[in-house]
Amino acid sequence: MKFPAGAGHFPPRPGNGGNMYDLIIIGAGPAGITAAVYAARKKMDFIVITGDIGGQAAWSGDIENYTGYQFVTGPELVSKFEEHMRKYAIETKEGEEAVEIKKGPAGVAVRTTKGAYEAKTVIIASGKKSRELGVPGEKEFKNHGLTYCATCDGPLFAGKDVAVIGGGNSALDAALQLMRIARRVYLITNAPAFTGDPVMLEKVRASAAVTSMVNTEIKEIIGGKMVTGIRIKKDGTEPTLSVGGVFVEIGLIPNAAFAPEVDKNGAGEIKVNCRNETSVPGIFAAGDVTDVPEKQIIIAAGEGAKAALTAFRYLSRMR
Amino acid sequence: MDKKVKVYSTPTCPFCIRTKQFLKDNNIFFEDVDVAADQEAAKEMMQRSGQMGVPVIDIEGRLIVGFDKEEIKKALGM
Repeated sequence: MKFPAGAGHFPPRPGNGGNMYDLIIIGAGPAGITAAVYAARKKMDFIVITGDIGGQAAWSGDIENYTGYQFVTGPELVSKFEEHMRKYAIETKEGEEAVEIKKGPAGVAVRTTKGAYEAKTVIIASGKKSRELGVPGEKEFKNHGLTYCATCDGPLFAGKDVAVIGGGNSALDAALQLMRIARRVYLITNAPAFTGDPVMLEKVRASAAVTSMVNTEIKEIIGGKMVTGIRIKKDGTEPTLSVGGVFVEIGLIPNAAFAPEVDKNGAGEIKVNCRNETSVPGIFAAGDVTDVPEKQIIIAAGEGAKAALTAFRYLSRMR
Repeated sequence: MDKKVKVYSTPTCPFCIRTKQFLKDNNIFFEDVDVAADQEAAKEMMQRSGQMGVPVIDIEGRLIVGFDKEEIKKALGM
């Protein structure tokens, strides 16, 4: 990659204010970490602000399509990413999340759960998170019988009756795991049919432990200290199902609410062009938070690299 | 003095794996309790922490729910 002569190094905190970074990267999943590695190698003055390291990749099971690794688990690959990032002295604000970003005349202001920062450019690489049901009781019973990760918490529900909410592949996958552990699995979708892979659906249907319910709405999560049931709505009635566990698997939503100024598509994903530019100059985005087709770890990583290089070019033009 | 550390975990939970890796990387000895295999331990974890999420890290009797690196560091005096 060739850059214009003289554009190679930026002095620390140059220009106005003395406290403005070249770049702030929001998120440290595959996109954010790769952007950080590229930014470090361009010697940009930057920080990474992130709730956690690895993002969704940390939650992935077996990965067999990241080039160079014929087989690797999500946590192992994330450890490798993190190790690579730590090779450079990158200032990482972990456990800190962006609340609002706002473009100003000089740069972009970033307000977080712990502070406020300013940079000439920002890369949004904040990924996606589990979609919530939005029903009463959901927040109160999170980790008290309600979970968004069947892989993690499933074994704790051995011998119990549980409900899996959702109709896609992640819901079917959860049901497949839980039917071997739980006593009874209610698989519930508000849609008229399940949309997951037919192969998985067949396996779920073949199990005597699974009861499938379509056209069924969840109205409320009920319990005392822990979940004891769910109120559902089906055929005009609202019965209560006794369950000791609720697994919510209704898809993902982009973490982009903190960036109201940038254009998004109907799914709430940030629109980017092929250079990872958003509708706001100086704000770039990469990975699963964007409308890039295909959400894959290797694609997110590549997008992160592109975003960092575009930010670098943008800064070169600013000088 | 080494602190007594116990990790309640399941083999499939990514943040359990990351927690244990973090402790190993920092040369912290810990007892690994697999709550998927040991139902009694699972009950004990739920009773002690009042919740059902893993991992739960017990550092000298102080419980931390989830891979909260800062809290773990604090409790270990790192």
